[in-house]
Amino acid sequence: MNGTIVFAQLLNGLQYGVLLFLLAAGLTLVFGIMSFVNLAHGSLYMMGAYFAATAFQYTGSFGLALLAAMLGSLLLGLALEFVAVARLYRRDHLDHVLATFGLVLFFNELVRIIWGPQPVFLQVPEFLGGAIPIAGFSYPAYRFAIIVVGLVVALGSWLLINKTRVGMLIRAGAVNPAMVAALGVNIRLLNAMLFAVGAMLAGLAGAMAGPILSVQSGMGESVLITTLVVIVIGGIGSVTGAFYAALIVGIVDTLGRAFLPFMLRQVTERSLADAAGPALASMLVYLLMAVVLAWRPQGLFPANR
Amino acid sequence: MTQLLSRPSAWVPLLVLLLLATVPFVAQATGQPFYVAFFARIIIYAIAACALNMALGYGGLVSFGHSLFLGLGGYAAGLASFHGIGNGWVHLALCLGVCGLVALVTGAISLRTSGIAFIMITLAFAQMGYFLFVSLKNYGGDDGMSIAQPSRFGPLDLASATSVYALAFVVLVLSIWWLARLRVAPFGMVIRGAKQNARRVNAAGIPVLRYQLLAYVMSGMLCGVAGLLLANLNAFASPSTLAWSVSGELIVIVVIGGLGTVFGPLMGALVFLGLEEILKGFTEHWMVVFGPFIVIVTLLGNRGIIGLLQRFDSREKRAPKSTPSAVAATDAAQGAL
Repeated sequence: MNGTIVFAQLLNGLQYGVLLFLLAAGLTLVFGIMSFVNLAHGSLYMMGAYFAATAFQYTGSFGLALLAAMLGSLLLGLALEFVAVARLYRRDHLDHVLATFGLVLFFNELVRIIWGPQPVFLQVPEFLGGAIPIAGFSYPAYRFAIIVVGLVVALGSWLLINKTRVGMLIRAGAVNPAMVAALGVNIRLLNAMLFAVGAMLAGLAGAMAGPILSVQSGMGESVLITTLVVIVIGGIGSVTGAFYAALIVGIVDTLGRAFLPFMLRQVTERSLADAAGPALASMLVYLLMAVVLAWRPQGLFPANR
Repeated sequence: MTQLLSRPSAWVPLLVLLLLATVPFVAQATGQPFYVAFFARIIIYAIAACALNMALGYGGLVSFGHSLFLGLGGYAAGLASFHGIGNGWVHLALCLGVCGLVALVTGAISLRTSGIAFIMITLAFAQMGYFLFVSLKNYGGDDGMSIAQPSRFGPLDLASATSVYALAFVVLVLSIWWLARLRVAPFGMVIRGAKQNARRVNAAGIPVLRYQLLAYVMSGMLCGVAGLLLANLNAFASPSTLAWSVSGELIVIVVIGGLGTVFGPLMGALVFLGLEEILKGFTEHWMVVFGPFIVIVTLLGNRGIIGLLQRFDSREKRAPKSTPSAVAATDAAQGAL
C-alpha cells in the first residue's frame, strides 16, 4: 500500500466522520440536557434522505433537495417532540428506548408504504460530479463537499455554543438543567428547539449521504448505532467530544475496513486472515467503544461538569 | 383454591400455561401442525423474556443486547452440528459455557457504567456479535446456516416441532418456577434492592456489583438456552437473531407483560407474538400499526398485562397474615410489582 491510498482512505474516513458528527451533534445535546435516549434519530436521517430524493425528483435541483430535507426533518422533529418525546422526559431510560423503538418500526414501515421497498435513487448533482486533484490524485468532488459542509456545521455549532447567549444556556443546561430552569429559563422550549435543530442536521446528513449510499428503509439504523458509539466515546452531552469522537470513529472504521485484512495477512496465514479480517474490521468501532468505556466510563471528552 | 380464584393476576397466567400444555394435542386432533411451531415460538420467546426479566425487571439493568445471547445459543447448536456433533448435551454445554463466559466478560465491562452508557454498551456488544457472525463466511455469513443435526438429548430428538415444543414448555415452566423463587430469595432481594438504590444496598455491606454481574450472567445463559431451542425449532441459525431489533423486541415483551413480575414475560410473549400474527393477517405493513402501539403503551405507562390483571385482584385476600413485618413487606412489594 502506498501513501496516496492511505491518504484517500483518510479522506473517506474524514467524510464518514463528518456525517457521523452531523447526527451526533443534535443527539448528544438532547442526551446531555434532558438525558433522553432517542433511537428515532436514525429515522430522521432516513426521512431526510427520502425528502431529498423526492424533492430532487420534482425540482431537479440538489440545493432545493437539501433545503427540503432540512425543512422536512425540522418540522418532523418538532412534531415528534410535541406528540411523544416531550411526554417522556420525566420517565426513565427504559421508556425512552421503548417509545423510540416503536417510532423506528413505524417510520421504517411508513417509508416502505409511501416509497416502496426498493431503494430510491438520489443523484450526485452535476456541478459536484467531477473530481478534485489533491496531492497527486483526484478525489470525488461530492465527497469533498460533504467534508466541507460538515466542517462548516461543526464551526457554526462551536460558535453558537461558545459565543452566543443561546449557547451559554445550552452549556448551562447540559451541566445542571434543574438549576437553569429555576433561574427562569424556559428549558423545555430550549430543548424542543435543540431537538428540532438536531433533527434538521440529521436530515441534512441523510440527504448528503443519499447519493453515496442507497436510500432505503432501515438505512438509519446502522448509522444510528455508530452514532451512539460516537456519543458514548465522546462523552455524553459534549458537542466538542462528539466532533473528535466522530472523526476518530469515522477514520478508524474506514481504515480498519480498508487495511486490516491486508495487515492480518502479513502476520497470519491467508485463510485465517481472510476469515478474521472483515470480522475484526466491522467490530473495530465497537471494540474501541468497549475499551474506552472500560477505561474511561465518562467518555474521552466529557462535558465539563 | 378460592384464594387463587380471587387473584386473576395469578390464575390467568396459570390457565395460559395449562392451555399451552394442550396445544400439541389440539393441533394434532385438528390437523393444524402450524400452531405447534407458532406456540413453540411464543414459549421460546417467553423463556428469553424471562431471562431478560431477571436482569431488566429484577435488577434494573437495561440490557439492549440480549439478542447476543439468543444468537450465541443458536450458533452453539449450529456450529456443533456443522462439525458433525449432534449430541444435545454437548450443544447445551457449549451454549451455557459460551453464553456464561461472554456474559461474564461483557457484563464486567458494561457494569462499570450505568444509565444511558449501559444501554449503549450492551447494544454495542450485541452488534459486535452480529457483525462477527455476518462476516464468518465459512458458516454461512449473512445467510445463516441450516442445522443438519438437531440437538439429540438421549431419546429426545429435537428434529420435530412437537419435541421442541415439549422441551421448551418444560424449560419455561422450570424457568418461571425458578425465577419466582429467586425473586423473593435473598439474591433476588439484593438485586431488586439495587434497582431502587444501589448505593444504599452497598452501604448495607453487600457487594452489589457481584450480585448484578451474577444476575447478568445467569440471564445470559438462560437466554442462550432459548436461542438453542429457537435454532432447533427453525433448524436454522441466522445472524438476524442477533440484530438489535430483536433486543428491542425482547424489551417490549418484558415491559408489555409487566416489568419484574413472575408471569409478565409469558403474557408479554403471548400478546406480542399473537398481535404480530393477527396484524400480519390484515396487512403486510403491520409494523405501521405495531410501532405506534408500542409508543402508546409506553406513554400510558401502566404496569403491563400483569399490572392490569392485578387491578381485578380482590384486596382482602391479599392482606398480609400475622407474620413478621419483613414478610409483610415482601408481600406488599410483590403486590406492588
